[in-house]
Amino acid sequence: MSQVFNRSTNEISKVSAVGALVLIGGLLWFMDAWSRSGYNTQAFVSREQPVQFSHKHHAGDDGIDCRYCHTSVEVSATAGIPPSKTCMNCHAQIWSNSPYLEIVRESFRTGQPIKWVRVHDLPDFVYFNHSIHVNKGVGCSTCHGRIDQMPLTMQVQSLQMQWCLDCHRAPEMNLRPKDQIFNMAWTPGPDQAQKGKDLAENVYHIQAQNDLTSFST
Amino acid sequence: MSELVQLNGLIGKAGEEEQAHEAAASAEPDSSITLATLRTRLSGKNGKAYWRSLEELAESEQFYEALHREFPENATEWNDPVGRRRFMRLMGASLALAGLTACTKQPPENFAPYAKQPEEMTLGRPLFFATAMPFAGSAIGLLAESHEGRPTKLEGNKDHPASLGATDMFAQASVLDLYDPDRSQTISNIEEIMTWADFLNAVVPAATQQRAPEIGGAGLRILSEVVTSPTLTYQIKSLLAELPNARWHQYEPASSDSAREGSRLAFGQYTNTVYRFDKADVIVALDADFLSCGAAGVRYAHDYAERRRLSEEKRDMNRLYVVESTVTITGSVADHRLPVKPSEVDSIARVLAAKVGAAGAGSATTPHDNWLTAVANDLRAKRGASIIIAGDTQPPAVHALAHTMNQALGNVGSTVLYTEPIEGDPVDCNASLKALVADLDAGRVDTLLILGGNPVFTAPADLAFRDKLLAKDDAGKDKVRLRIHLSQHRNETSEVCQWNINEAHYLESWSDARTFDGTAAIIQPLIAPLYNGKTAHEVVAAFSSQPDRKSFDIVRDYWMRRYGAGGAEPPIVANKPAAQTGATAAAQSTANVAAANAQSGVTSATPALASAPPPVVDAKKFEAEWRKWLHDGVVANTAAKSKTVAASTYLPPPPFSQSTDYEVVFLPDPTVYDGRFANNGWLQEMPKPLSKLTWDNAVYVSPKTAATLGIGKVEGAIARNNLGWHGGNIAADLIELTVNGRSLVMPAWIQPGHPDGALTVYYGYGRTRAGRVGNGTGFNAYVLRGSDAPSFATGVKVRTTGDTYELVATQLHHMVDASGISENELDLEPRDIVRSGTLDEWKKNPSLNRKEYDAKQPGHQGGKPSNEGEKPSLYPEYDYSQGYRWGMSIDMSSCVGCSACVVACTAENNIPVVGKEQVGRSREMHWLRVDSYYRGEEVNPEVYYQPVPCQQCEKAPCEVVCPVGATTHSAEGLNDMVYNRCVGTRYCSNNCPYKVRRFNFLLYQDFYTEPLKMVRNPEVSVRSRGVMEKCTYCVQRIQRAKIDSEREGRKVRDGEIQTACAQACPTQAIVFGDMNDPNSRVAKLKSQERNYELLAELNTKPRTTYLGAVKNLNPELERA
Repeated sequence: MSQVFNRSTNEISKVSAVGALVLIGGLLWFMDAWSRSGYNTQAFVSREQPVQFSHKHHAGDDGIDCRYCHTSVEVSATAGIPPSKTCMNCHAQIWSNSPYLEIVRESFRTGQPIKWVRVHDLPDFVYFNHSIHVNKGVGCSTCHGRIDQMPLTMQVQSLQMQWCLDCHRAPEMNLRPKDQIFNMAWTPGPDQAQKGKDLAENVYHIQAQNDLTSFST
Repeated sequence: MSELVQLNGLIGKAGEEEQAHEAAASAEPDSSITLATLRTRLSGKNGKAYWRSLEELAESEQFYEALHREFPENATEWNDPVGRRRFMRLMGASLALAGLTACTKQPPENFAPYAKQPEEMTLGRPLFFATAMPFAGSAIGLLAESHEGRPTKLEGNKDHPASLGATDMFAQASVLDLYDPDRSQTISNIEEIMTWADFLNAVVPAATQQRAPEIGGAGLRILSEVVTSPTLTYQIKSLLAELPNARWHQYEPASSDSAREGSRLAFGQYTNTVYRFDKADVIVALDADFLSCGAAGVRYAHDYAERRRLSEEKRDMNRLYVVESTVTITGSVADHRLPVKPSEVDSIARVLAAKVGAAGAGSATTPHDNWLTAVANDLRAKRGASIIIAGDTQPPAVHALAHTMNQALGNVGSTVLYTEPIEGDPVDCNASLKALVADLDAGRVDTLLILGGNPVFTAPADLAFRDKLLAKDDAGKDKVRLRIHLSQHRNETSEVCQWNINEAHYLESWSDARTFDGTAAIIQPLIAPLYNGKTAHEVVAAFSSQPDRKSFDIVRDYWMRRYGAGGAEPPIVANKPAAQTGATAAAQSTANVAAANAQSGVTSATPALASAPPPVVDAKKFEAEWRKWLHDGVVANTAAKSKTVAASTYLPPPPFSQSTDYEVVFLPDPTVYDGRFANNGWLQEMPKPLSKLTWDNAVYVSPKTAATLGIGKVEGAIARNNLGWHGGNIAADLIELTVNGRSLVMPAWIQPGHPDGALTVYYGYGRTRAGRVGNGTGFNAYVLRGSDAPSFATGVKVRTTGDTYELVATQLHHMVDASGISENELDLEPRDIVRSGTLDEWKKNPSLNRKEYDAKQPGHQGGKPSNEGEKPSLYPEYDYSQGYRWGMSIDMSSCVGCSACVVACTAENNIPVVGKEQVGRSREMHWLRVDSYYRGEEVNPEVYYQPVPCQQCEKAPCEVVCPVGATTHSAEGLNDMVYNRCVGTRYCSNNCPYKVRRFNFLLYQDFYTEPLKMVRNPEVSVRSRGVMEKCTYCVQRIQRAKIDSEREGRKVRDGEIQTACAQACPTQAIVFGDMNDPNSRVAKLKSQERNYELLAELNTKPRTTYLGAVKNLNPELERA
């Protein structure tokens, strides 16, 4: 019986075998790239908010401290989104007639909350605690970026587990002195590895790495 | 090497199991087991001394099948009524949809911050407020955990005398009642939704009519539960002063009537008794279940256990004798227990009284004379340091005898304290309800106000309370024209009342309550009433001359008056024009207060109004006091005044004639109580102490009596329960009980240790209008209970019906296999799961034979006990020398099996309720179970309780088998669960020798019922279907404390972290802490020699260890 396939089809089978591998590889690469992309993680995507609030203006130009609004950042798991009352502390006096702030005034009048759109949104099974991070030398800008330069707030990190673990495995690369925690402009110097190590061991007494990477931590 | 041998042994065992399963299917177990053979089995083998059920004792095949199964039978099969095709279709669709959802991004979420954030609130941190839970004529002080204004968990208040920081299961579960979706949500009049204003419009004219001087409230009756609230008492008494012909009745099905009447019998006046178990060396309980989570149960259990804690320094303990007519947790932890028929307790009390030299004991005989002589000798040796306590089941005469005995033994003043009654108006509930029924019959009642409770369901059957309420007069009109019911649920009583007022839960109310020693606590609300519920204060006020007052004003006003009166009970001021009251003491006293204030320079005296003059007090000082009371959760110096009373030379009525008839004991159900918690899923699913029954009540009967009656599987002289096909369910025989012509068919449960000739019936089940959870569960035992014999009845007829009913019990679920590793090759002793000994044995050998036992184990080296030496292991090594090393110690000597820990765990960790059918398949989700083990003969066995949470093994068999890393080891030694990784292979559970892992076979969590969302702890993930879960040592609490300590730059203090179970435990049997800190409580307990690990020979190195149980036996008496 003669061969069913011509000898020339050998090439096709070789190409298709390689092609399948390339395709699978490509698909895996694409999925990986897609999951890390800003499209998926929503990093660098600015959100439309009900009130045109600018961190650039308040934290940057006016120089208001982060903690004026995010009051519980040092003591609680959540940094706290300010109540409408906090806005009205100033805006009862200035821009008190601005049409942009009508939503805020209405909220203050009626007691109905303003529905802000979440920018940094961890999955519900993640137990993240702000207070321990800011008390242990991790500054705001390490995770949130230059908020003081953002007219519309956006996320600058992936907030994926990989990113958390990178720091939990080598925290010294992101530690800064206590007085620099809320400094938006702080950047690590060339000797950060040494300085951070010193801070970790002598100032903050950071737990051992296996502790920091336990699932209950 | 030895581990390999062990492994081989296990593999060999697995092979045998297969055969055992086949054998079980075909062959019936050996039916020739008699009492004699059981006894030889017990006496012969050391390791077989402990048994979990009669099935184990009888070595039934079914028992072994249940024991060796890794999962209940049919665990992997789809048992829903949904057919296979439909299932495939649904799964296909969901797979496709699940694939699609994987490609979507996280959906956008919103923040809704406060418009004006309340002061003192830090988002993300819970606040704790002191309040109190009123319960069955007493109260327990609580701290309620509030997350952004939402109470989620209740803890005991350390400053409250009834709590001392602990709670019972009812307090733990009461938060679920707040969010019960079946609560009464509106005011209604004959099913028509009404407003509070409508109600006032209807009631105020009726009240005004009653207030006419010639009527004086003659047609008004108030029926409440037993009231200890000072404010409510004051309100009702004020109302009665205004309406002298109105009457106040109190009824509570499980009340302390006989204790109250007993005190009147002995002292001629109502007297409250406070026992100091912390000072007692010898305790004799006459049918008294004082340790159960009742009125003062938490405090008494605490004090009792305090005297049982052993250490190097404390080498003595108290001794507890229990004479009882049923099985209770108090009896089960007794050193010596005497099970008798309920009518026999009376003569036992008389004989004991004669033996301890109490006057007026009369003459009686009992077959237990020798036993009582030994007890009396012990009592006389500890004069002034003993307690004789009688229980609510027994008639007043037994209580009076207990009082005379305590007096004769010099206990009064040291261990037994007498105070003024704590009830606002102490009454005999039964008589009170009878009087009301007589008035109903006579047509004297025009308006009936029922404050809480469910008397239509709970009233004694012979009173026919429901019919009396609905009776018509000759003209065909309702005799009781206006019936009003204040209730949290539309229950059986609401059904027959025109007006239903939805009651506020105590977590929504302002009120107050007194506890067992009279100490008052202000009940403050944690949340605004979810459905605008009203309190009893507001409803009573509706009948007064100030009909629309808020309970906050009423309660505060009362306490202000009381503060004005220098802490004494304020005088009753009838809300009448001043002219009519005349120069009463009340007016005089108010004038005195005003004068006193005037002297101290207070000028804020307001002109006295004609009705209810406001008290004249220093507002600022009062405000400070009031805030302190709210903060502390107790009102200082409000304990009932002590009282000196002498027992009269009292002659009790002639004793019961001994009969051979069957007797029935009526008790409130251990979990749903008198029926009020019937719609509480946590309590329904809570295994009842001892029997481990869930979702049902049953008639408890002893194995011997069961055999006589032909109930269950009769083998020789004893009978045992008929096990169903998957171990947990029991095909119980339905029997018919007839008491005084009233009959009820109920399933029978054969309970080792139950007295012969008696049957115990638990009431509280069989509700028809409880709600979605409680409807149709169990049997209504109230139909048997008559007002003539509310606690026990004699002359009971029992008849088997031939039918069966499926009961579900967890006793044979999740059993630790104690049957040794290999019978032949290594000749091992069966494993010691429970270790116990007597006090003398402990003094001689503080390890309770642990060392000797360990020396026989494989891998044992050089005489070192297993938990001291390091044995080779194939599991990964971890270094725990740095940081924390969390551990738990459970003292089996202190544990009384009350199960408060289990409910606390359920509340803290968002554990779902699965329902009766699923519990029958061994699928209950409790992370913590309380195993009970019996020792000795089935007639009167000793009982040992062993709470088993996850053992948090250092060499954890579960971790190494997880293919997806869903359970991993933490640096501190916890076996962490990563729920979102779990794919449900269940290999971990398969490999867990302690059977502590729970799998969500179905979607047990209710994601959709709105109010139930609010009860969840926001710190704990809510698990979905297909996910394994287990105890985490309350890792959320560990992390909270760790973060707080790190922030403050210190180590976590000992005792700063309490797991939910440890915090709830009334006896502090559970202690959690850091084993690396040699000064921590847990490290000290673990250094005791009686500390042992469960299945230590498996070398899993569990972090949870147990302290062996020690019993303090009387050398004059035989061990039961």
